[in-house]
Amino acid sequence: MKKYKAEIKITLRENILDVQGKTIEHALFQLDYDMMGNVRIGKYITLDIEAQNDGQAEELVKDACQKLLSNTVIEDFSFTLE
Amino acid sequence: MSYGVIVFPGSNCDHDAYNTAGKLSSADVRYIWHKESSIPSDVKCIIIPGGFSYGDYLRCGAVARFSSVMNEVINFAKKGGLLIGICNGFQILTECGLLPGALLRNKSLNFLCRDTYLKVNNSSVFTSQYGEGDVIRIPIAHGEGNYYADDNTLKSLQDNNLIAFTYVTENGEESSGSNPNGSALSIAGITNKQGNVLGMMPHPERYSEELLGCSDGLGVFESINLAIS
Repeated sequence: MKKYKAEIKITLRENILDVQGKTIEHALFQLDYDMMGNVRIGKYITLDIEAQNDGQAEELVKDACQKLLSNTVIEDFSFTLE
Repeated sequence: MSYGVIVFPGSNCDHDAYNTAGKLSSADVRYIWHKESSIPSDVKCIIIPGGFSYGDYLRCGAVARFSSVMNEVINFAKKGGLLIGICNGFQILTECGLLPGALLRNKSLNFLCRDTYLKVNNSSVFTSQYGEGDVIRIPIAHGEGNYYADDNTLKSLQDNNLIAFTYVTENGEESSGSNPNGSALSIAGITNKQGNVLGMMPHPERYSEELLGCSDGLGVFESINLAIS
């Protein structure tokens, strides 16, 4: 078995208004960061995983993201493994 | 026959639901702890109460959805048993897929704890004791009650007449000011297609007797009683 570390990012889907992101965007504008925009707030999860190979590790993380870590009705997820 | 009130760590409206269900009829009411792996056979209606199950960690209802009792609750509903999720209960029902859509952060980002006015669609078994189009006063208390579903799902809810409650003004009109949290179509509560599962963000159990200031929520429990008696 090999040991991996997964880094998972979860964000609201692009077509869903991110009210937290909008609020932070306004705060940035007030600090004169008017060159910034489209702020999106998300979640960052790390976890350790043991698997036989890269493919199995990827499948397991994807499965966990779809079942529990994200709600695919409203969220997108992406992850890296190392 | 009896009611079952599911109790998760962090449930905080379980006693209100228990009290309201119990005072209306001779039905027994029992708490069902989340670690249980079966539903007593005489239970005819399950209530998933409000609160902050598992501290709302990750997402509201995301962890509760995988409690051992929830498999049994899902089976109960699939066999046609009556199931009502209030507030956090509604969030749990969307997380486990018994109801479509999801509950997002309130548009204002504020936790909202106040009265709202709801227009009733009395075609469901959960609302049959109201008049069609009745406007009732029911309190909300949530940070994530902003109902979201994609356009096809919203159309399906409308086409199948599954929107049980919508936020309106005191006069029964929909306006930008009457929608407290940004919910799509001003949705406050929906039923599933089979009609045996209701999810709603407002708390009917909190306005179930005049001593509490209002009894407009009693109709939900009277309707359930009629259905299971």
